[in-house]
Amino acid sequence: MKVIIDQDKCVASGQCVTAAADVFDQRDEDGIVVLLTDNPPEERAADIHQAAAVCPALAIVVED
Amino acid sequence: MTTPAYPMTRATGCPFDPPPQLRELQAEEPLTKVNIFGKDAWLVTRYDDQRTLLADPRLSSDVRQPGYPSPTGEPPRKDGVGIGFILMDDPEHARLRRMVTAPFMIKRIEAMRAGVQQIVDGLIDDLLAGPNPVDLVEAFALPVPSLVICRLLGVPYADHDFFQQNSKNLIRMSAAPEERAAAHGNLATYLDNLVGEKLENPADDLLSGLTERVKAGELTRQDAAGMGVLLLLAGHETTANMIALGTLALLEHPDQLAVLRETDDPKVVAGAVEELLRYLNITHNGRRRAVLEDIELHGHVLKAGDGVILPNDIGNRDPSVFADPDALDLSRDARRHVAFGFGVHQCLGQPLARLELQVVYSTLYRRIPTLRRAVGLEEIPFKHDGAVYGVYSLPVTW
Ligand code: SF4
Repeated sequence: MKVIIDQDKCVASGQCVTAAADVFDQRDEDGIVVLLTDNPPEERAADIHQAAAVCPALAIVVED
Repeated sequence: MTTPAYPMTRATGCPFDPPPQLRELQAEEPLTKVNIFGKDAWLVTRYDDQRTLLADPRLSSDVRQPGYPSPTGEPPRKDGVGIGFILMDDPEHARLRRMVTAPFMIKRIEAMRAGVQQIVDGLIDDLLAGPNPVDLVEAFALPVPSLVICRLLGVPYADHDFFQQNSKNLIRMSAAPEERAAAHGNLATYLDNLVGEKLENPADDLLSGLTERVKAGELTRQDAAGMGVLLLLAGHETTANMIALGTLALLEHPDQLAVLRETDDPKVVAGAVEELLRYLNITHNGRRRAVLEDIELHGHVLKAGDGVILPNDIGNRDPSVFADPDALDLSRDARRHVAFGFGVHQCLGQPLARLELQVVYSTLYRRIPTLRRAVGLEEIPFKHDGAVYGVYSLPVTW
């Protein structure tokens, strides 16, 4: 599973962090998404898909 | 068929369900024209369509665009005062919004949890020591978010009578236009003075942070004050209504209230908050947009210059997404709801709203387990005329 983020699209809503805090973080200056690992373990799949589904800016893409 | 008027009326009897006409349209006509203040606009009732369109840059949030369906029928102010970034498009929207995103980061909001818990506990102590019955709105639902947002912005809570009265007038759709304009003027002047003070003596709060941008020439003082109005207003009206209306909904569903009273699992509480957000939809008059370029959908063409209304109250009750959508079920996974909107304009303050609601819902009913309505349901005044739905008062006893 590969996670791709688009920081230009991100609106810093933090929904991805709420869904999977071990995969997503937010930049201190402005809350823009930061990826902690782009190759997370399979058992995190459900939460990561959740993060992509709730991201209001469609800034997260998951490739299985 | 004549074009139906929007907003539509809720059914008598159930104060929590969206208007039945919306339900019929969602089933039969996912895209239909409605009449709003004498003009036509497209009404989008299905969850998937709402999410797709709210993420589509061919729709504009700029009130000054032709076709933008004004919620009051009044034209936008020409001087641009008080437009605020929620009524702008990118790139200007993104530029201004990013100036205030840092204080709403998950980790910074989480760090406020103990402080919010203290505020809530203190107010419940006061409730228990004060008169019984009491109006929960005045004694609890409004003070919680007011105290929290004042602390975050750096607004003196001592002024709360002034700004609560003005924000109430500002969002009452049945108020006269002059009354609303006066309320807005009062708030704008108040925040402008406050920004002026913080320019001289900055502290560790959001408004002081904005004055740094003013000094650096990235933001005008007027825009800083405008953001202050927006955040102060949005920061307390919405959460206050979620607290009072949520409590009433839970009192009407004792089995669901019991879930919150009996759990100490933060996950259960967080899930309950999402379901109450989905179910109650306090921003019940829908997101508004103007079409910039033709969009084809369901065999219709949304033409440039058309207005679009996307009501989250019916979107969140779409049976193809939420099974048995009219049931309040705190155990369901409601996280995909659109109560905070969707797309780049999705609510900036949602992490703060979630935190406040989690603390309130997990504390109030446990500390006052016998909490109940002090009057009949038919005596409760609902905010049918409000931009934010809720109750004007909620007399409770215990
Ligand atoms: S959910 Fe999307 S918009 Fe929100 S912080 Fe994460 S990536 Fe950014």
